[in-house]
Amino acid sequence: MLLARLTEVCGAPGQEGEVRDLIRSEIAPHADEIKTDALGNLLAIKNANAPGPRVMLAAHMDEVALMIVGIESNGYLKFRPIGGVDPRVLVAKTVVVGSKKVNGVIGSKPIHLQRPEERQRALTIQELLIDIGAKSKEEAERLVKLGDIAYFTTKYEEFGHNKVKAKALDDRVGCALAIRLFQEEVTFPLIAAFTVQEEVGLRGAGVAAYQIEPDIALILEGTTASDVPETKEHKHATSVGKGPAITVMDRATIPHPPLVRELFRIAKEENIPVQVRRTNTGGTDAGRIQLTKEGAKVATIAVPCRYIHSPVSVMSQDDFDGVYQLVKNYLRRLQEREG
Amino acid sequence: MDVKQFFRTLSEASGISGYEQEVAEPIKEACLWADEIRTDKLGNVIMLKKGQGAKGRPKIMLAAHMDEIGLIITKIEKDGFLRFSTVGGFDQRVLLGQEVIVHGKAQLTGIIGAKPPHVQTQGEQNQAVKLEDLFIDVGYDTVGQVQELVRIGDLATIKREVVDLQGSLMAGKAFDDRAGVAAIFECFKVLTELKHEADVYGVATVQEEVGLRGAVTSTYGIVPDLGIAIDVGFGDQPGLPESDTIKLSQGPGVAIGPHVHPKVYERMVETAKEWNINYSVDPSPSPGGTDAYAIQVTRAGVATILLSIPLRYMHTPIETLDYEDVKRTGKLMALFIAGLDNEFVEGLTCF
Repeated sequence: MLLARLTEVCGAPGQEGEVRDLIRSEIAPHADEIKTDALGNLLAIKNANAPGPRVMLAAHMDEVALMIVGIESNGYLKFRPIGGVDPRVLVAKTVVVGSKKVNGVIGSKPIHLQRPEERQRALTIQELLIDIGAKSKEEAERLVKLGDIAYFTTKYEEFGHNKVKAKALDDRVGCALAIRLFQEEVTFPLIAAFTVQEEVGLRGAGVAAYQIEPDIALILEGTTASDVPETKEHKHATSVGKGPAITVMDRATIPHPPLVRELFRIAKEENIPVQVRRTNTGGTDAGRIQLTKEGAKVATIAVPCRYIHSPVSVMSQDDFDGVYQLVKNYLRRLQEREG
Repeated sequence: MDVKQFFRTLSEASGISGYEQEVAEPIKEACLWADEIRTDKLGNVIMLKKGQGAKGRPKIMLAAHMDEIGLIITKIEKDGFLRFSTVGGFDQRVLLGQEVIVHGKAQLTGIIGAKPPHVQTQGEQNQAVKLEDLFIDVGYDTVGQVQELVRIGDLATIKREVVDLQGSLMAGKAFDDRAGVAAIFECFKVLTELKHEADVYGVATVQEEVGLRGAVTSTYGIVPDLGIAIDVGFGDQPGLPESDTIKLSQGPGVAIGPHVHPKVYERMVETAKEWNINYSVDPSPSPGGTDAYAIQVTRAGVATILLSIPLRYMHTPIETLDYEDVKRTGKLMALFIAGLDNEFVEGLTCF
């Protein structure tokens, strides 16, 4: 299954190679042309010079991860997050480190040797170390270099009622959707952009859009879902299982209102449940794409995911299908109108 | 038999205190060395390897507990999320983001979650997420769906495959104290190639984590002359003072303290020296917390000793040990047992 394979490969910001190779092999049969650029964005293009609107589908390949910043004299590894990671989710997890995928664990003190008040305080990044079982700095240095990346090791699994748990659903769901949607029969120019470095400040998307010059860009994301206990309903950014989440405003973009209205109209006509993303925090590649050159009409459509930026996130396959159906219907209508 | 491979299977099996069945079965099936295997009323698995001595030969008991710490479901929330409490001692900070198996009508995959950071206040983000604010997400949408599968009082265990680290280090869950059970197997394996007078009872005990309960009844039933508890001890790790730990890859810790019979200690240390087996001296001023404590005061009293396999990150889902230490512990016990006779055992009551 494509989504399973996409979540189990690794790609930190700036080191998206494994993800890029997998996507390239999947999408190449359907593309007229495949390009990469100086940052590592992967662009799949069809009908490049055909008349009609230039439509961009965008999804980022990178995931949050940990970078090795120090090797201690006793062989333990110090690290810092790349992208936003709450240190509290790292305690007592397994990782793989560097190109050799060396197994490691992030340890903590045994409860028996703690004072009760210690357990009330969150452990900080400075206190956490990766243990690969090396007995000395020299042994560790044979396996790991400074700047190497540690990744979570979570396996893809379907569970509960049509749910999936995996790492990096943000944004491999977008990658999987863009690969499938790119296969739609259209006559206008269609470009799937798999961008780099979204998690460290939307770095790749602007560069990609500069080359593509889209009229319309649909950003496919995995976004935070906070439909969990201890959270009031009006604070539920999105809810898992309630359909694609459409952004009306976030910190980086006000998506093109007529395009957003059209997506809601299509959803209604096609009986696809949808939801408004109920927070204006966060930002996606849409922010960069919208402002590239003379601008583009953008919309962000996302699969709600619980526990993003942690070792394991959860999504609904129904929501994934909902995004697919919604965007597919949009492309078909556009084809009827403009093709 | 590859005991290390068997140890992986044991680690990945589920067996919270009082519910050790899933661990007990493979132990009974895999123990090829025993002349007799029985299970007592609490569920302790007792494996007897007979000695070659004449009738009236000494009886040695080896005890390692097979139960693990875990979670118990206390409430099903309206959206189907499960609230839970702990069975045995968990640091609440190791639970966030763990995968679990909920043992309901079926085995359900679950994720331990909390409200996301962006809806927490600045102050909250510096605090540990409290146990009472954590929940298990089993991927269902309504309380009705979940109630068909899970009841209050059902148990959940950490879901974790064993991973190999460098050398012979391994990480996983429930190494405390399935590593001790593996050490008993390693001991039996070595004993098959040695002569030993004594009858050896290897016991995989139940309910240690909630109060050393299985050791009480199994010791009463066996009536041993000498008891060896094998448990895990705090391995060296960053943030812990050296004096509170024993070093990984340096063999077992041999405890010295009120729960250790001085003559047994002396003999154990002599055996280690004679056969060049590494060990650490493990001073234990407060003797509670292992099966040795329970064995010692059973019936008219039993001479006991505690061997500790060094373990990092105890009571977390990524407990880490060096499997060579498990083998060293097994070998040391076997050589110790091979050197025992009635005369030594009778001397244990002479002070």
